[in-house]
Amino acid sequence: MKKDIILAGVGGQGIISIASVIGYAALQEKMFLKQSEVHGMSVRGGDVMSNLRISHHEIASDLIPFGQADLIISVEPLESLRYLEYLSPDTGWLVTNLTPFNNMQHYPDIEKVMAEINKLPRHVALDADKLAKEAGSAKSANIVILGAASPFLGLPFEKFEDAIRFIFRSKEKSVIEKNLEALKLGRDFADKNI
Amino acid sequence: MKIFLFLLRYIHTIIMANKLLLLGDEAIALGALDAGLSGIYAYPGTPSTEITEYVQNSETAKEKNIHCSWSTNEKTAMEAALGMSYAGKRAMVCMKHVGLNVAADPFINSAITGANGGLIVVSADDPSMHSSQNEQDSRFYGKFAMVPILEPSNQQEAYDMVRYGFDFSEKYQIPVLLRITTRMAHSRSGVVRGECREQNTLHLPTDLRQFVLLPAIARKRYIKLLESHQRFIEESETSQFNMYHEGPDKSMGILVAGIALNYLMENFPDRVVPYPFLKIGQYPMPRQMVEKLVEECDEVLILEEGYPVIEELIRGYIPGKKKIRGRFDGTIPRTGELNPNILAVALGLPNTKGLSIPDLMVGRPPQLCSGCPHIDSYLALNEVLEALPKGRVFSDIGCYTLGALKPYEAINSCVDMGASITMAKGAADAGFVPSVAVIGDSTFTHSGITGLLDAVNDKSPVTVIILDNATTAMTGGQDSAGTGRIEGICKGVGVEEAHIRVIRPLKKYHAENVIIMREELNYNGVSVIIPRRECIVSVDKRMRIKFKTKQ
Repeated sequence: MKKDIILAGVGGQGIISIASVIGYAALQEKMFLKQSEVHGMSVRGGDVMSNLRISHHEIASDLIPFGQADLIISVEPLESLRYLEYLSPDTGWLVTNLTPFNNMQHYPDIEKVMAEINKLPRHVALDADKLAKEAGSAKSANIVILGAASPFLGLPFEKFEDAIRFIFRSKEKSVIEKNLEALKLGRDFADKNI
Repeated sequence: MKIFLFLLRYIHTIIMANKLLLLGDEAIALGALDAGLSGIYAYPGTPSTEITEYVQNSETAKEKNIHCSWSTNEKTAMEAALGMSYAGKRAMVCMKHVGLNVAADPFINSAITGANGGLIVVSADDPSMHSSQNEQDSRFYGKFAMVPILEPSNQQEAYDMVRYGFDFSEKYQIPVLLRITTRMAHSRSGVVRGECREQNTLHLPTDLRQFVLLPAIARKRYIKLLESHQRFIEESETSQFNMYHEGPDKSMGILVAGIALNYLMENFPDRVVPYPFLKIGQYPMPRQMVEKLVEECDEVLILEEGYPVIEELIRGYIPGKKKIRGRFDGTIPRTGELNPNILAVALGLPNTKGLSIPDLMVGRPPQLCSGCPHIDSYLALNEVLEALPKGRVFSDIGCYTLGALKPYEAINSCVDMGASITMAKGAADAGFVPSVAVIGDSTFTHSGITGLLDAVNDKSPVTVIILDNATTAMTGGQDSAGTGRIEGICKGVGVEEAHIRVIRPLKKYHAENVIIMREELNYNGVSVIIPRRECIVSVDKRMRIKFKTKQ
């Protein structure tokens, strides 16, 4: 099994945390992993993306070739469209948050952004911020998105739950529970809407 | 970010019993720790910062008392590392590519003095300028200084090369340049650790005049360097990092260096390349291997990240009219970093394509954080300068460079560390008054103090605004060398005390700050304004730690 994943968002939105949960789950399955991150200037509120590749076979390139990504996971709607040239036109899925992060001079008309997302044959779009609040943790929108992306990652759902338990294990029990709930709400949404 | 690194450290120690999941930068740091490092010296700079931070966060490094605090700039870092090498211990110095310009003087001369304890200089290049002013290729510096260069193709090699580099450095008494690029620095992959080696004991060079570069001695040392260079080439011919791979299809031979190897292999899913190829990880170039490739193949394709360094060199090796393909003939774009698709096209393989990006897409440039003190400083400065013709603010390198963008559009230059003060001075010398410099506290101590001294000595009519947020913010909030001492430094350099003004960059003091700035702009001499307020990201981090410990 091999999954090439583009993670997208705005600096500070927690895409690296999504990567670390998927990474942990993949490593538990004894998979290989390569992950290219963004540091430096762009994290100051600019667009950020990360290439995450997991595979049972050794991985060559740190970067995903155009048209080869199995999945784009985005915590922001406009950002979900920025990396479409990486997405496989035949099999690729796009999973995105619907809540815009507007820190720009001219954010495009959100209706038009939505129309572009809806044009894609395989996509899941959800209001992750709202679901995160329902889970009791407004900060966990990224985990909601991960939950919604989990059906496409080729790993059993429990593996992501285990990863969250591990990664948040130094936190209070309630934090873990809220994140598990956020993960589940995202997953439920995807299951209902695929 | 910090939390993530912390988490990952757990992940690798617990899950991958013998394999660690490390950034290229972290692999280099761990490689150094395991190879008997005694000190790491650096000034923060993307994409090199995480090397030093890894050592700073290492418990082992603490126990072993390994030096790891930040240096004031790359030159002081390079010199301190050379001093540690003189004393017989293993030292590493890390910087981003443009940092090597700052450290060039000691770097070039360290090839003449040679090393004693192992000395590795890490320079992290940034092709595509993700976070830089240019995409210069550090391999030119290695060639210029005539030192060996190591260039890893993956994180494991990055780890292994550090040990090899220290051994090499001690064997030949020569500093070794380790060159990486952004993708190597900031990409994570599995690394298997080797054995841990003890640190060296103190021991001075056998010849105590080795490091005295008086002309009579330097001439001898230079001849020794030239002689050693032949040995370096021989080492490259047999190095584990330079590998010749046979291939049946001799219509093309490939010369591939560093991380480009991964992109090459990506294009052959079964990992079998039909063409002969030579993988380069150690320079100077292994001449015999290159000649074999050239003789065997009809044409040569050169794949390297950065400038066409090998390509230029190889043209001198190749007899007759054999075709060489690379960045010069347009096979590979002349600028920017490589990726698997660029290589697919170069190899004549079908290119893959995804979906097209909708026309509505717009850029989302980075910007000053909400609550950033620089915003208040720029708003005040813009108001003061409103009445004057535009174009009189010389600035520098840091978060505040983002003041060039909308909505502030407050600065007119960003060239190199410290250039704000000296450029403002030059413009003032030309009669352009008032002339303003805007520089951060860390950039000021890095390279601004000497420029300020020039201005004081010439009584130049410049106003220097030192944005003091008490940190090196752009690279993630590292210690700043002059925290708490900026006024003292300015006074020591000779700025009149009456014209050193500390202000609070907050909305409620806006009117007052505008008045102070106007007064100093009108002063016909050197004045310094220090808007002082802690970086908002640092405050946030500090508060979170405080909250955590309270709990």
